[in-house]
Amino acid sequence: MIFFWAFVVGGLICVIGQIMFDVFKLTPAHTLTILVIFGAILDGFGLYEPLIDFAGAGATVPITSFGNALVHGAMAEAEKHGLIGVITGIFEVTSAGISAAIIFGVIGALLFKPKG
Amino acid sequence: MTNKENLSPEAQEYQAFQQQRETKRPVLLNCLKAFLVGGTICCIGQVIATLYIYFFPFTERTAGNPTSATIIFITMILTGFGIYDRLGQFAGAGTAVPVSGFANAVISSAIEHRTEGFILGVGTNMLKLAGPVIVYGVFSAFIIALIKTILITWGGF
Repeated sequence: MIFFWAFVVGGLICVIGQIMFDVFKLTPAHTLTILVIFGAILDGFGLYEPLIDFAGAGATVPITSFGNALVHGAMAEAEKHGLIGVITGIFEVTSAGISAAIIFGVIGALLFKPKG
Repeated sequence: MTNKENLSPEAQEYQAFQQQRETKRPVLLNCLKAFLVGGTICCIGQVIATLYIYFFPFTERTAGNPTSATIIFITMILTGFGIYDRLGQFAGAGTAVPVSGFANAVISSAIEHRTEGFILGVGTNMLKLAGPVIVYGVFSAFIIALIKTILITWGGF
């Protein structure tokens, strides 16, 4: 069942992105930025974790989960160290996505040649 | 967006003409494609996450990180062979919104600029497209976490 909800919820988040492309004529960069901020706000209200419990990868794979993870890391550190933790903790949970993108980006540039 | 009042009458006329001639985007069809492809990518993500939960000591909540890393690795291969861009032309936001779209933006600009050298080409251009996502993601997360922490510490929520 989790596979079905992952498909539906993940698909719907992509549809929101597509509507922002087509109806509001936003560039992909604007769309992704808005979605990330939206994910961060949802987590601010404590609404993103229930969505992950419900839809699994349907909520963790779209870029909105990046915003959620940023707030999550900041809040986890803030509980331990107070206000300064907000700054030190931001990348704590998200590091996998950004480091993997950078590492595989460099490896990709080593392995592949640009086309035409 | 250009300011309409600053344009000459001819330019305004041309803009109206341009809007009239612009091909209408098939919004519903595009949304359907985005739904199917985006949903499929998330479903593949769920399969990877399930494998991590069964074969490695990850829980439902911690499996998200290795899953993203695995998806990004797969994206590197697909981007390198030019498959991801072709899929993106078909699926639009369906391939842009999942984490693989973020990875594709980083990896494709890294590959594209390698002819300019590894420092000035790959290094400086890699995060060009992904930059705004990281910058405003971090900044908004900072503001939200700050407000929340202040409310919890002094507001007693």
